[in-house]
Amino acid sequence: MSIPAPPEPSSNAMPPMHRILVPILALLAAVGCSADERPADFRFLNTEPETIDPGRVGGQAGGRIVANLFEGLTVRMPPSLAPGPGIATDWWTGDDGLTWTFRLRRSTWSDGTPLTARDFVWSWRRVLDPRTASKSAQLLFPIRGARDFNAGVSDDLGLFAPDDTTLVVELETPTPYFADLAAAPPLAPSPRHVVEKVGETWTRPEWIVSNGPYVLDDWRLQDRMRLRRNPRYWNAETIALDVVEAVAGDFANANFNRYESGLIDWVDSGGVPPALVDALKRRPDWHSGPFLATYFLRCNVERAPLDDERVRRALGYALDAEAITTHVTRAGQVPARGLVPPGVPGYDGIDAPLFDVERARELLAAAGYPGGEGFPSLTLLFNTSEWHRQIAEVLQQQWREHLGIEIELLNQEWKVFTTTVRARDYDLARGSWIGDVLDAQNFLEIFTTGNGNNRTGWSSDRYDALIASASRTRDPERRAALLRECERMVVLDDAIILPVYVYSVTNLYDDTQWAGLEPDLLNSLDLRRVRPVRAEVSR
Amino acid sequence: MSAFVLRRALATVPLVLGIVVVSFFFMRLAPGGPFDADRVLDPQVRANLEARYGLDRPLVEQLVVYVEGLLQGDLGPSFKYVGWSVQEIIAQGAPVSLTLGAAALLIALLVGIPLGVIAALYHNRWADHLATAIALVGVCVPNFVLGPVLVLVFVFGLGLLPVGGWGSPEQVILPAVTLGAVRAAYIARLARAGMLDVLQQDFVRTARAKGLTERVVVARHALRIAIVPVVQYLGPAIASILVGSVVVERIFDLPGLGSFFINAALNRDYTLAMGSVLLYSTLLIVLNLLVDVLARAFDPRTETS
Repeated sequence: MSIPAPPEPSSNAMPPMHRILVPILALLAAVGCSADERPADFRFLNTEPETIDPGRVGGQAGGRIVANLFEGLTVRMPPSLAPGPGIATDWWTGDDGLTWTFRLRRSTWSDGTPLTARDFVWSWRRVLDPRTASKSAQLLFPIRGARDFNAGVSDDLGLFAPDDTTLVVELETPTPYFADLAAAPPLAPSPRHVVEKVGETWTRPEWIVSNGPYVLDDWRLQDRMRLRRNPRYWNAETIALDVVEAVAGDFANANFNRYESGLIDWVDSGGVPPALVDALKRRPDWHSGPFLATYFLRCNVERAPLDDERVRRALGYALDAEAITTHVTRAGQVPARGLVPPGVPGYDGIDAPLFDVERARELLAAAGYPGGEGFPSLTLLFNTSEWHRQIAEVLQQQWREHLGIEIELLNQEWKVFTTTVRARDYDLARGSWIGDVLDAQNFLEIFTTGNGNNRTGWSSDRYDALIASASRTRDPERRAALLRECERMVVLDDAIILPVYVYSVTNLYDDTQWAGLEPDLLNSLDLRRVRPVRAEVSR
Repeated sequence: MSAFVLRRALATVPLVLGIVVVSFFFMRLAPGGPFDADRVLDPQVRANLEARYGLDRPLVEQLVVYVEGLLQGDLGPSFKYVGWSVQEIIAQGAPVSLTLGAAALLIALLVGIPLGVIAALYHNRWADHLATAIALVGVCVPNFVLGPVLVLVFVFGLGLLPVGGWGSPEQVILPAVTLGAVRAAYIARLARAGMLDVLQQDFVRTARAKGLTERVVVARHALRIAIVPVVQYLGPAIASILVGSVVVERIFDLPGLGSFFINAALNRDYTLAMGSVLLYSTLLIVLNLLVDVLARAFDPRTETS
């Protein structure tokens, strides 16, 4: 290699290193440091919420924040999560079950402005207003006129505030769980006087006004939210923690590391790396319980051979869910005996006898495929995740072994997957449902005709009539019986879904330090209840 | 030199615009949209949402609206994070990512150059072999392995550093080392090769013949030419640090742009994804331009070639 002779070095030709280094170091110093602030009393793991505006909130991360910043008419009381008094002190329904009256306590927003029944009317109308475009608007559809109001074709809504402390709600059909629904985060009130003044950004710490146990002190996106006790909360003296942080984190390993080194006090499954489940569940800080959610497979009943209910039932009976919960999921999940998870008040599930190889083989033979002979190829679709892949592989193996049939596996990225399933371009697809409210109908009505979450191509007039009838029935036992009949149809008789397991709550926290964190069916984190076990533990 | 800078700067404008248009359409080719979830929205609710964000209008019109906003410095609202504009989100995440990147680059240079120079000066002796071995390991170990290993040693083993999060200077150290290590190793190899090459050259022999001490020969005469390959490598190094920071931010749970970028793509948060693409590409183009200018300043020979 020949290079021309370089010029003699001279000291001024070379840019001194410090000219480059100094600005970099200055930048590091400026950004790397932050003002000292008091450490939080309690820190819990959350993902970055899409929004903390009660009018638009949807999903668990936002719901957790809203539930602690705001308070609705009712609050869910542990351990059953039955609705207890929140801003409403008591409530009753008329004879037809269609009119609900809530009596409100006198309380104020965190800025001292009085909170009245009119705030609830305004807030709920806002959720339903088409311009708000709330993803949770559907939750309010039981209210008379709500659907048309949301479509922007009518202004008539069954919602009235005859005086400051009375709220009257008129419903379309009796909704026995309405008091529970009233505790859901989207039904918490929004401060009209702030929302109208500030607009879109009213949930920022500099503007936000709330009515729950906490106010928002600081918010760093994808980092952490700082909550401070609201001294104007009506029940403020019962709140034990002054400053709480919601730490945002998406990555289980990193979240677990932070928990292990004491930077987070409470993590849910987002802080439990699946590879460590076996070791963690033997530890005293492992707390698990059932979750109001079911893992199942959807059958596309418009495609052969799944259009034959005997084939679907054969697949269901040949599915050994216990093998999956014991060897794959391992974190306290239990085999599903139906679509509705256990623990829903006033509802006993169908307790389906699901795993029965003999019966599966008979059904398959009756459908024309004895020993799996001549069975066409089927594909099981799932969204890309190691977890779902392992489950799919076990299912593939079980059906091969028990029925002599071959199932192909196909995974797709999440958004592609949801689009494919909605277009019903699948044979078998992984599905799940998380309950919004503690009611069986919330699970079962998704399989009515025309429901966007059905996605199986299945439609039954009888089923639709049963659900409609359950909606109108006020007698709880009669209603439960109607819903049980529905569940029997989708799981046993028509087998349009194959239940696999009931999800579990898997949280880590030290119960010698913290009380009030016992896992519940909705995996809520209610700071109203959380307190240090000993006063001196409080930082 | 200024004509060169001007020419290059002007060329970036159509380049960035091209990136905007191409990524705008590519993003829309991906199946699924920002409001597709496992739970299907009521058609009315979905229509309301799409109308609110202008997704019900023709694609070309959406692009025009986007570019118009862009020219006024408005990157649009995030589809996922309600009430946050893309520029606000970037303003929160960018300082984290840039600090991390700058620290990583600094580590890469401060470790890589001395390591390479020492190896060259002790050519074929044990110091050379050791430095070369370190560099080889550094090049081979990917950051998603190095990060957790560093966490094990320095957090759970020695208890010296915090495991993640952001806010204090010591929280920068582990992620910056993780991100900078591979670059340091590569820079060490470049610096070693450059130095070995330079030490053979006539002007170094001349400097030595003039009776200058070895220190002066190396530091003032040889080093300057020897690190030209390193300076030229800074462009690709910056690119890989920017990309690598996406991984490292996840390992250490840092609130940088990386997590927003990944989530934006997964969520089909079109505006946030566009904003990230725009920011990353602009950064790359500008920093590469800077590196070219810097390389010329270090070695006037590049001006003629």
